[in-house]
Amino acid sequence: MNNPPDIAQDPAEHEEYAHGVHQHVSRYLIVGAVLLFFTLLTVALSYVDFGGFFSWLFHVHISPKTGGKLNIAVALVVAAFKVSLVGLIFMHLAAEKRLIYRVLIFTGFFVLGLFWLTYLAWYNPITR
Amino acid sequence: MEIPYTISTRPDTGLWNAKIGIWLFLASEVMLFGGLFSAYVFLRLDAGPGEWPHGLLNVPVGTMNTAILIMSSVTVVLAWAALKMRRYRAYWWYMLATILCGVIFLFVKLYYEWPQKFEHYGVFLKPEAREKYEQYLGNHRREEKGLEPRIEISGHLENREALTDPNAKEYEIGLDPVFTDPNNPANDRPHFLYVPPTDKVAKIEKEDVGRIDSFGPWHSAYFASYFTITGLHGAHVLGGVIVFLYMWLPVSKKVYQRNPEHLANRVEVAGLFWHFVDLVWIFVFPLFYLL
Repeated sequence: MNNPPDIAQDPAEHEEYAHGVHQHVSRYLIVGAVLLFFTLLTVALSYVDFGGFFSWLFHVHISPKTGGKLNIAVALVVAAFKVSLVGLIFMHLAAEKRLIYRVLIFTGFFVLGLFWLTYLAWYNPITR
Repeated sequence: MEIPYTISTRPDTGLWNAKIGIWLFLASEVMLFGGLFSAYVFLRLDAGPGEWPHGLLNVPVGTMNTAILIMSSVTVVLAWAALKMRRYRAYWWYMLATILCGVIFLFVKLYYEWPQKFEHYGVFLKPEAREKYEQYLGNHRREEKGLEPRIEISGHLENREALTDPNAKEYEIGLDPVFTDPNNPANDRPHFLYVPPTDKVAKIEKEDVGRIDSFGPWHSAYFASYFTITGLHGAHVLGGVIVFLYMWLPVSKKVYQRNPEHLANRVEVAGLFWHFVDLVWIFVFPLFYLL
């Protein structure tokens, strides 16, 4: 079986297609700059004492341990945002075929199950 | 017989072979790294007071390596776009930039970050001996403030022979800055800039020492997970660089000349792998360097 190439070999038609790709290039550059900015942001935020800040703001006592957890939460939110940019734009998941999404839904289900097992092991109901 | 759908898409799925192949592979990779990250979470949640170290890695270097990986993710997607626009020359340059980024990343890891760790020692004190070294630990103040205690004194081991010499009575540690001024509130949180061990030497008697270890995987659950995850990640970077090198060499130009779309597809799937490697690092960087 001989497969025709994905793109028409007709130069005029390819010209039009290439123009579409060209428009994507600026989007990739912008996303790259945003990712670099958020890398610096996540570094800066890790030095902010969120526990101290919120205890000042709401006049409540927040222990250093809880404050540390706030920093972890903030860093993970920033990381999740960066990861979704990489996935949606660079990996083209914003517009992908249905079969790929199905594979990923399965993966998400199993990886969440994996973390759930970890949680179960940590929250050991027999010894705790 | 020619294999169908290597370049054109299958009508029912809208995908060509390698595209579905790489996504299935990435799904297995998610499980692989997911297992390791869940181990990290487990170890960290179960660590006792003071057992999970903070601020031991070089943040500016880690930030630079993160930026390098992000830039390589941009260049690889630009390389793919250049092929789609049938600009081989531009593709060649973008691919070269990607390869160089990967090589720099690995170089920094293997020749700068990792070796430094093996030269750095941490002395874990016996709990009953901590009081004796209060001037270095500053645990009284930390207890008042509700901070976790310091359980080790780290720095440069000045008398390495003491590790093996049974007659040596003490370890001489060129202290890390934090132990020279333990009660300074500025030392409660990790610093951005790395400062090497100072000239101030602390003598720690062997009988007070629970154990002494360099900052290798044997040091703590923290470094064990650090070396496991960054090691596996580094192996992925190396794999990506080798594949990109093959696509950059003249041998791949023949593929381009035969059918440019074939090379574009190859670069797309290798790029998907590369973005995944970048994506893993986006989690590794804050989890190990910053938090």
